[in-house]
Amino acid sequence: MPHSALPLQWRRYPERYYLKGNYCENCKQSFFPARTVCPNCRRKGKLVEKSMPHSGKIVSWTELFVGPFGFEQETPYFLAIVELENGAKALSQIVDSDAKKIKIGAKVKKVFRKISDIDPEGPIAYGYKFKVVG
Amino acid sequence: MRSVSIIGVGLTSFGEHWGKSFRELIAEAGILAIAGCNLEGKDIEAIYGGCMASGRFIGQEHIGALIADQLGVTPIPATRVEAACASGGVALRSGYLAVASGAHDIVAVGGIEKMTEVSTEQAGFALGGAGDQETELFHGATFPSLYALMARKHMKEFGTTEEQMAACAVKNHKNALLNPNAQFHREVSIEDVMKSGYVASPLKLLDCSPITDGAAAVILCETKKARKLCKNPVEIIASTQASDSLALTGRKSLTEMLATKIAAKQAYEHAKLKPKDIDFAEVHDCFTIAEIFAIEDLGFFKKGEGGKATEAGKTGLNGEIPINTSGGLKGKGHPVGATGVAQAVEAFLQLNNAAEKRQVKNANIGLTHNVGGSGATAVVHIYKKIGGKK
Ligand SMILES: [Zn+2]
Repeated sequence: MPHSALPLQWRRYPERYYLKGNYCENCKQSFFPARTVCPNCRRKGKLVEKSMPHSGKIVSWTELFVGPFGFEQETPYFLAIVELENGAKALSQIVDSDAKKIKIGAKVKKVFRKISDIDPEGPIAYGYKFKVVG
Repeated sequence: MRSVSIIGVGLTSFGEHWGKSFRELIAEAGILAIAGCNLEGKDIEAIYGGCMASGRFIGQEHIGALIADQLGVTPIPATRVEAACASGGVALRSGYLAVASGAHDIVAVGGIEKMTEVSTEQAGFALGGAGDQETELFHGATFPSLYALMARKHMKEFGTTEEQMAACAVKNHKNALLNPNAQFHREVSIEDVMKSGYVASPLKLLDCSPITDGAAAVILCETKKARKLCKNPVEIIASTQASDSLALTGRKSLTEMLATKIAAKQAYEHAKLKPKDIDFAEVHDCFTIAEIFAIEDLGFFKKGEGGKATEAGKTGLNGEIPINTSGGLKGKGHPVGATGVAQAVEAFLQLNNAAEKRQVKNANIGLTHNVGGSGATAVVHIYKKIGGKK
């Protein structure tokens, strides 16, 4: 699988392990994942590394009953778009949560989990998931 | 820029083609299109071929040359165009620009996908390439799940229901019944859709377009020449395209496709028309919710009203604005790279009064709308019936 390549996983550790993104000091917008160019300011932008907040809320969610390669054994599972407290968004699985509490607007916090174990010869992928709080 | 018209079209039947390879399918569509306007292979000056993922589906790249070779028209230039599920629409626009610019007078545009030689899981993986590998697919997202996230938000904001989404599938299966080339020739009921089981809630199996083999082709010609060559050319009066963030998390809104809105606005400006001037449209219903987004973002209905309008029959064959008379991606089938070109074929047939039992009455202006991925590419074309040689 293209997304289980070892160099790719290594290069994405900061992003996937502790939500490292970046921030444009010119327009004050946070980006996750980090961007190479600020899409608002382009050349005038000034991007600096920034860790994202580990809390946010669910913007939308779905429960998958047919998963892709490598996720077959986890189905069904919940997937959501999470808006972090600084406005940046992340697509993530929602785990360890009462299904009834997974809804639009629910508060969530980041947890660290195994994401997939697709390639028997390759590395196991870890990264962020979110769980509903309260 | 010069005016450009379609003078010939060709379409294979859509479905599982165990008896035909990629190369036979595209040759069949191409030959039908060339013969349809009484041209010969030697009259074609260039080829643009839309194809999304032949590398993953059949292990074959270098599609441009393959098409020219199979049609027996080497050494003319032949170029593959890829924009995920909008590959066909972008190929059409590439051909349009080549003729409009004056670089060529007659160009063939093809679209193709051969999807059934791999398992459903492998096909899902190939289609996943239309999303963001690093931030979506990595986390276990599938294409139905990305559209499900948009559907859930639309339901929350506008009260759209699962039954209203189901109504899109019901209508498109009904239209497909009247299209001999469609993959499905069976009606489904709202109940059938509702009971078909969640793939990614709130989307169910019958909210999703199928996996399909098929090819489509159109011949484009500069309009003055087209009128001389052909009895029934159809002029392309707008060809526009817009892009948005690859991943859903980069979108300003989850309840609209900005790329569609921008491409549509530009298309209406170029054509000097308003949405109410469009007599019928083929829109990108890869999932039922996508048709609801499309008919709102193209301006046929107000934002949030698409589900209700569909449920009320306003988009049916005899409705206010017939949508997806061909059966759409849902009923006709969705060989991804072919879809954008197949939509143009339907527009050509409708405007030439050749759509048989699914013919829209008094069709003078048609629109097609093709989307790549979860909305990162949108292509809009508007077509007008014009007179040709007597
Ligand atoms: Zn900036």
